Amino acid sequence: MKHSSLGTKILNAPYILWSVLFIIVPLVIVVYFAFTDQNGAWTLANIAEIKDYGEILLRSIGYAVVATLITLVTSYPVAYFMSKAKARTQAIMMMLIMLPMWMNLLIRTYSWTTILEKNGIINTLLGYLGIGPLPLIGTSGAVILGMIYNYIPYMILPIYTIMVKIDPALLEAASDLGSNGFDRLKRVIFPLSLPGVVSGITMVFVPSVSTFYIADKLGSTKTLMIGDMIQKKFDINLYSNTGAALSFVLMLIILISLAVMHKFAGEDGEAIIV
Amino acid sequence: MKKRLISLFALLIAVCCVFTACGAPDVKSDTDGNSISGIAASLESKYTTSLAGTTLNVFNWGEYISDGSDDSMDVIAEFEELTGIQVNYDNFESNETMYSKLQSGAVSYDIIIPSDYMIERMISEDLLQKLDFSKIPNYKFIDEKYKNLYFDENNEYSVPYNVGMVGLIYNTTIVTEEVDSWEIMWDEKYADQILTFNNSRDAFAIAQFMLGQDLNSTNKEDWDKAADLLKEQTPLLQARVMDEVFNKMEGGNAAIAPYYAGDFLTMYDANEDLAFVYPKEGTNIFVDSICVPKNAQNYDAAMLFINFLLEPEVGLANAEYICYASPNTAVVNHEDYSLKGNEILYPDDEAVANTQYFHDIDPEIRSYYEKLWEEILRS
Amino acid sequence: MKVFGRICTILMFVFLYAPMAVMIVFSFNSGRSTFVFEGFSTRWYETLFQSSQTMTALKNTLILAIISALIATLLGTVAAVGIYHMRSKWLKSAVMTTTNIPMMNPDVVTGVSLMLLFVFIGRLIGASESLSFYTLLIAHITFNLPYVILNVLPKLRQVGNTLSEAAQDLGCTPVQSFFKVIFPNISSGIVSGFLMAFTLSLDDFVISYFTNGTGFQTLPLLIYSKTKKSVKPDIYALSTVIFIAVLLLLILVNIVQAKSENKKAPQKERNMI
Repeated sequence: MKHSSLGTKILNAPYILWSVLFIIVPLVIVVYFAFTDQNGAWTLANIAEIKDYGEILLRSIGYAVVATLITLVTSYPVAYFMSKAKARTQAIMMMLIMLPMWMNLLIRTYSWTTILEKNGIINTLLGYLGIGPLPLIGTSGAVILGMIYNYIPYMILPIYTIMVKIDPALLEAASDLGSNGFDRLKRVIFPLSLPGVVSGITMVFVPSVSTFYIADKLGSTKTLMIGDMIQKKFDINLYSNTGAALSFVLMLIILISLAVMHKFAGEDGEAIIV
Repeated sequence: MKKRLISLFALLIAVCCVFTACGAPDVKSDTDGNSISGIAASLESKYTTSLAGTTLNVFNWGEYISDGSDDSMDVIAEFEELTGIQVNYDNFESNETMYSKLQSGAVSYDIIIPSDYMIERMISEDLLQKLDFSKIPNYKFIDEKYKNLYFDENNEYSVPYNVGMVGLIYNTTIVTEEVDSWEIMWDEKYADQILTFNNSRDAFAIAQFMLGQDLNSTNKEDWDKAADLLKEQTPLLQARVMDEVFNKMEGGNAAIAPYYAGDFLTMYDANEDLAFVYPKEGTNIFVDSICVPKNAQNYDAAMLFINFLLEPEVGLANAEYICYASPNTAVVNHEDYSLKGNEILYPDDEAVANTQYFHDIDPEIRSYYEKLWEEILRS
Repeated sequence: MKVFGRICTILMFVFLYAPMAVMIVFSFNSGRSTFVFEGFSTRWYETLFQSSQTMTALKNTLILAIISALIATLLGTVAAVGIYHMRSKWLKSAVMTTTNIPMMNPDVVTGVSLMLLFVFIGRLIGASESLSFYTLLIAHITFNLPYVILNVLPKLRQVGNTLSEAAQDLGCTPVQSFFKVIFPNISSGIVSGFLMAFTLSLDDFVISYFTNGTGFQTLPLLIYSKTKKSVKPDIYALSTVIFIAVLLLLILVNIVQAKSENKKAPQKERNMI
């Protein structure tokens, strides 16, 4: 490398300074608040208090897991179908999948209330058939639906991107060697698409578990999620120690799930190369 | 890839153009001000000021000022037009959120409109500044009844904006029985059709009335009992709401909700199946007043704005739009006031039993009930 | 599999576009409800375009997105070059890990942590208000930076060192060699980084919610405060306008793209021969 290390230092200084000040320090402050009381004395009380939020935490993780699984199962065939379509069709479908993402998340979520409310479209239609009204809004199903709706493109796109790259020759080779459709899917396509699956899972799970607004709009008092709780905490008290503790736990959850996903991706990534 | 990016960029630019193209003529029509006409002329001289060009930051409840929709007066735009002062207008959802933001020094506003007990707390914590009443001549319109109230005994810090009481709103197509008590909010028949307040004091108040307690009790046991009652209610609730209540009730998506009397009138306009009652156990009465925080940056403009809000025509527009009871005699006696003598807004004293104000409670009890409230939210 | 895939895809599009359809239909509601359709009218579009609040919010959103994306692009590109030339391995990985934090951290936590920092600094310097347009801007730059860096860095790797070394051997200064040789080769990464930053900033609600100060309302924040109140069809009208604009442009882009591809295709074949 010919660049003088001084030059590199000058190039790096602003960004390192920026990221220390606006990424590291804020997180340190969150941790500090999580482990201190109102007067700034060290305490574990906030962390101990987390157990009171156990149900909310578990619910958030549960909803996010269910939403992620459903998105995976439904996105996979779509991504596969897309990757097999004609180039023009592929481009158009990509466009159509991206288009709703240009709408604001809040509006996308809110418009579901028009569909799901007691007097909403589904119940009105059911009413003509003499059914209902069914309780749709305010259920955990509605919240999960909201998550799926908002984050499903993040699942389809990475899987699709990887599937397009799968060499058709591999599939031909597999059929020549006598494997049927299902075998090909199981032994060739799925393992090859795994990195896309993993990144899709991450990209859906992370925002789902920490979402606020979706559960607030589509759920009820029984579907409160951790993100909403954190928002409420900081709304009422800007120096919320419990809120900081909850944020801290949420970060841990994300870190752990990322580590797990990374491991999956890592091992299988190598397997693919071999 | 590159091509796609470039096209994406082109798209972004075009979107921007579409919007600015749409936006341009409208900005103009705002400054034309032909909608303002009538009152602008009469007030022109009064509100010509050297403060033109400065900014005034206003922090108010949602849906709490006449905003020009449905042919109403756009109060903010009128004020900007008259004075040349630019107004930044933000909303808060509850007294507590507003307090937290101001008290931490996160934001600064020149005008805030908190409720009684919050004003009491903010005065005691030295967060408000005294008003210069010599610059608010329209203060003379305020009804004597609403002067010298407990939270500002010497009328130094606040000017009443609206007065109201909490009542029970219900949908008569679902609730066919006679309603006269808060008890119905615990009736399992209406499970998942009941809404309640999403702020601690308003929600507690209902339980406290059910238990016959003082709203400002300093006895922790009282609060415990009220909290237990509220936890009992949780499984029956559809949601805890604030202004979301409008959509829910207007659309017939919930059957029962406690809310502020004035807002019922707004909902009734949209859905005539709704009915309203002041429950027999009693109810909370409140005054929301205009105040100026200590860290306000445009004090003089704030005085001008307060005076403007008290102008009979402006007060009338607000009273018609917000539908709350007005403490402004010039509005209440105004010949064009459509809600004059409305029995929900201005009930006879006998019609409403046991009205109580919120008071600021000492910090220990306050953090105690806030803790209970969190438990309720989680229950 | 094929039929199954097709059915899944059709269902997927029904699912994705049902709310859009609802939104468009109800934006023409003559009543003020988003639940009961009373009749056709364009009154909410009139309301929308007459609302100075909405137009200001739109302007603010664009200003914020452009400025934050520009600064993030500048800072991020410099940082990417710096990181690429970093010698210390652990420092490099430390910086990269830090860069990943804002992307992986939940938005709520990022927002809250920045707010706490700003309020803390505000107290420290005794500011009368610690949140303002500038804190909002800093927050946006912070969450935009990683996307710029991660778009530029791979391009730098592609270019490698040999080009700039050759340029320097031929008498360029390191700065000259960067602008003459490296920059043209990484510009596509810079552009895509900028675009990503711009779109993210346009759409951000959560982080803005916590870091915004007085008097600078963005569109997502306005929409939030509107959905907290009695929602009228005007926000549906707003989204419909955005939807139609984006749709038309995407179609246009697709047509242009298809045309240019058709033109290029024979050329490519010729080149290959």
